[in-house]
Amino acid sequence: MSALHSMSLVETARALAAREVSSVELVGALLGRISALNPSLNAFITVDPETSLRQAAAADQRIARGEAGPLTGVPVAHKDIFMARGWRTTCASRMLAGFVAPYDAQVIERFDAAGAVNMGKLNMDEFAMGSSSESSFFGPVRNPWDLERVPGGSSGGSAAAVAAALVPAATATDTGGSIRQPASLCGVSGLKPTYGLVSRYGMIAYASSLDQAGPIARTAEDLAVLTNLMAGHDPRDATSVARPAEDYRRDLEQGLAGLTIGLPRAYFAEGMSADVRAGVEAAIDTLRRLGARTVEVDLPRMELALPAYYVIAPAEASSNLSRYDGVRYGHRAADYTDLADMYSRTRAEGFGPEVRRRILIGAFVLSHGYYDAYYLQAQRVRRLVAQDFKDAFAHCDLIVGPTSPTVAFPLGAHAADPLQMYLSDIYTIAPNLAGLPAMSIPCGIGAHDLPIGLQLVGNYFAEARMLGVAAAFQRETDWHRRMPAAATA
Amino acid sequence: MDWEIVIGLETHAQLSTQSKMFSGASIAFGAPPNAQACAVDLALPGVLPVPNRAAVERAIRFGLAVGARINRRSVFARKNYFYPDLPKGYQISQYELPIIEGGVLEIPVADGTRLIPLTRAHLEEDAGKSLHEDFHGATGIDLNRAGTPLLEIVSEPELRSADEAVAYARTLHALVRWIDICDGNMQEGSFRCDANVSVRPRGETRLGTRCEIKNLNSFRFLDLAIRHEAARQIELIESGGRVVQETRLYDPDRDETRSMRSKEDAQDYRYFPDPDLPPLWVDEDWMSEVAAAMPELPAACRTRYTGAWGLSVYDAATLTQSRELSTYFEQVMDALGPAAQAKLAANWITGEFAAALNRDGVEVASARIAAPALAGLLQRIIDGTISGKIAKEVFDALWTEGAATPDAADRIIEARGLRQISDSSELEAIIDAIVQANPAQAAEVRAGKEKAFNYFVGQAMKATRGKGNPATINAILHARLMA
Repeated sequence: MSALHSMSLVETARALAAREVSSVELVGALLGRISALNPSLNAFITVDPETSLRQAAAADQRIARGEAGPLTGVPVAHKDIFMARGWRTTCASRMLAGFVAPYDAQVIERFDAAGAVNMGKLNMDEFAMGSSSESSFFGPVRNPWDLERVPGGSSGGSAAAVAAALVPAATATDTGGSIRQPASLCGVSGLKPTYGLVSRYGMIAYASSLDQAGPIARTAEDLAVLTNLMAGHDPRDATSVARPAEDYRRDLEQGLAGLTIGLPRAYFAEGMSADVRAGVEAAIDTLRRLGARTVEVDLPRMELALPAYYVIAPAEASSNLSRYDGVRYGHRAADYTDLADMYSRTRAEGFGPEVRRRILIGAFVLSHGYYDAYYLQAQRVRRLVAQDFKDAFAHCDLIVGPTSPTVAFPLGAHAADPLQMYLSDIYTIAPNLAGLPAMSIPCGIGAHDLPIGLQLVGNYFAEARMLGVAAAFQRETDWHRRMPAAATA
Repeated sequence: MDWEIVIGLETHAQLSTQSKMFSGASIAFGAPPNAQACAVDLALPGVLPVPNRAAVERAIRFGLAVGARINRRSVFARKNYFYPDLPKGYQISQYELPIIEGGVLEIPVADGTRLIPLTRAHLEEDAGKSLHEDFHGATGIDLNRAGTPLLEIVSEPELRSADEAVAYARTLHALVRWIDICDGNMQEGSFRCDANVSVRPRGETRLGTRCEIKNLNSFRFLDLAIRHEAARQIELIESGGRVVQETRLYDPDRDETRSMRSKEDAQDYRYFPDPDLPPLWVDEDWMSEVAAAMPELPAACRTRYTGAWGLSVYDAATLTQSRELSTYFEQVMDALGPAAQAKLAANWITGEFAAALNRDGVEVASARIAAPALAGLLQRIIDGTISGKIAKEVFDALWTEGAATPDAADRIIEARGLRQISDSSELEAIIDAIVQANPAQAAEVRAGKEKAFNYFVGQAMKATRGKGNPATINAILHARLMA
């Protein structure tokens, strides 16, 4: 058995089931790592060792009774966007800095029911708005590969915690790349499932029509096990899809023979840094060597995806975040003269600059006289982007390209220019607009010895096949086993 | 100048579901503040709306009842504004694509009926309540009402007087209760109207500038507010002023409307489709399921009453004011049998029965005389056991005691000895005695004075304490005095 903390989720589960280690021992060891490393990484907002150890003890009893499921006793940490009863749930915002969740998100219910141990709540960009995890009220998350660099965002805490081996897996959410881009920048694997596959119930909304929860872990196999747990219809979410349960592990052993991979010309045209291009092209060669055929595909409207996203997401956010008004819960300004003043002071104090910026953009694009030109036009673009993918999938099974145009950038690099930050999601946004499943897996080491991510975009509900391709790639390569010095310490 | 008043009504009917429009919390009235506000109603982080199927069904019922188009696909939209009793900072409503479009409502007017076209009806959720009293300068928020399902029914601006507006509101009120989608309780706010009022010179086809009067929660206030507002606008224009488009509030204490906000400071609600809710689909199966459960509509009942049953338009309208009254009438008719007696039953129900309900201030459901008992009473009029006049005495006794069964009237008639005297020999003896005792009046009758004849009828009734069969008495008097 390798060091406890460097095991994958599946290996951890196997060791627990074989009683090679107890959940209490494992959780205790990881809590030790968290208390040692989190002060520099800032991946966690909330850790509650007592609760985690109590859950671990309960899991050990369940294992002893022979009632364990595949994830019983396994430690998992959750992005602080998921409501977890009794846990402070902040969305990394001053607005909810003291808010204790009175109910569980569907995702949390599923992990609890499986007997997984909640290791704490993970740092992120405030209200999931950002690509660097710097906008958190609780301070920036740092990349375990280089503490002066960002881990990506918004699920930077999730990616950093897995990369630093503080937990074998974490939950995350993805609205425009928030699972894939941090997974890429931290050298771990992440899956954003098809929109509607995982319930949004109890997941704090940023942009409802784009938000999708998914897992971050080290291997495709781990992602498959976690997707098995997280996916499923929930009547409490009207956008949750009702379809028969499937086993996302079913294609893990399948080879790539007969697979056609689409390479979008637009993705390889320009904008990608040389090291990322080299890593991605080498990965594509590996996939060819494994038996896949590649074809070039066109995604002609792809350049419109980013501007459309920055109309639709802020529009929905401006409305979704109206509930944080200081009336019923959350932050309320201490001094105010009247109701309007209470609202404006509460929201000016409670939200950080990026959240305020997106609320203002959103309110503007929905306002009378601008709605047609911005919001409706963006929705038209959204349909065209989805149509482009549909056309492309007539010629291929899977689309492959870079996840992020660069490796992790230094903290503060984009502080003065939000547009540069937005460009960090240039490759990841389109699948959210179309609602398609997409994932990122480590595929190389680039500049400054930082990891590079390969993005796989599948057709609707093609998660199992995508995970199979990723697993084949990971059998052939060891990029996913590379760990930063912080993790091996 | 001769002015024409133009009115359109927007009516909010609270749908009579168990739970809220988008959450499982109860909508029962009168619970302690915030006792019926769940996580969704409080707009906690992470909660999501799920449409209430029962509310959608009620909207479909309404659409079927007014012959409207029921959209196969409609869209929920968010209406964004900040207010402390609006927990999410937006109201979920329907904007560009409502579930119901078109349809007509037939309303009674002085010289018959008018068909008032409807624009649309859409589903939405209610807001909570702000409580400005009892909190020492602060405001309390009660979110029990937040999320309550509403159907907003919008008429075209086709109403031409306060009377028509009230007739429309009353007809609509009766209809939503008839099809069982709203309890119609106006005190509790289950049925309330906003009136859009404008005026224009008669003959003008363009609409004048309108004012909207909000939250009229009684027919009387609707009537007074429209009269007042129309007079205000006419006076304003005639004195050289101009009507400004605005929202006004009616103050019943002062009988006036006053400005709430003008169009200039009207809010931009930033409507957009709610991304938490996929389009609402109503398929053929669901439609037919709802249609199959629809009761016969008041208009169809009226046609049947005036047709086969020979009732007047007025009686038919009165009997179809509520489904309960109509059902009561039909139960009486079922018990009586032949349709020829419809007029008698209608007279009694719209007369004595309605008066007794009014007097006691009770609904048909709490009437002291059940339909079989009233039918039992009417049966005794039909078969001549008692006269109509005696029947009123029996009715009062039944109402006082409470009567449920067909034989209730018989027991009163027997106990009080009210059976009509139809025995000719008995009546002949009584009448002969009266004629002999009043020779002068008898002479007047014989001389052709009708009034004197009635005098003898009255005396005979008096002598029989009202039980004499009037027809027999008439016949005997004719034979004695006019033969």
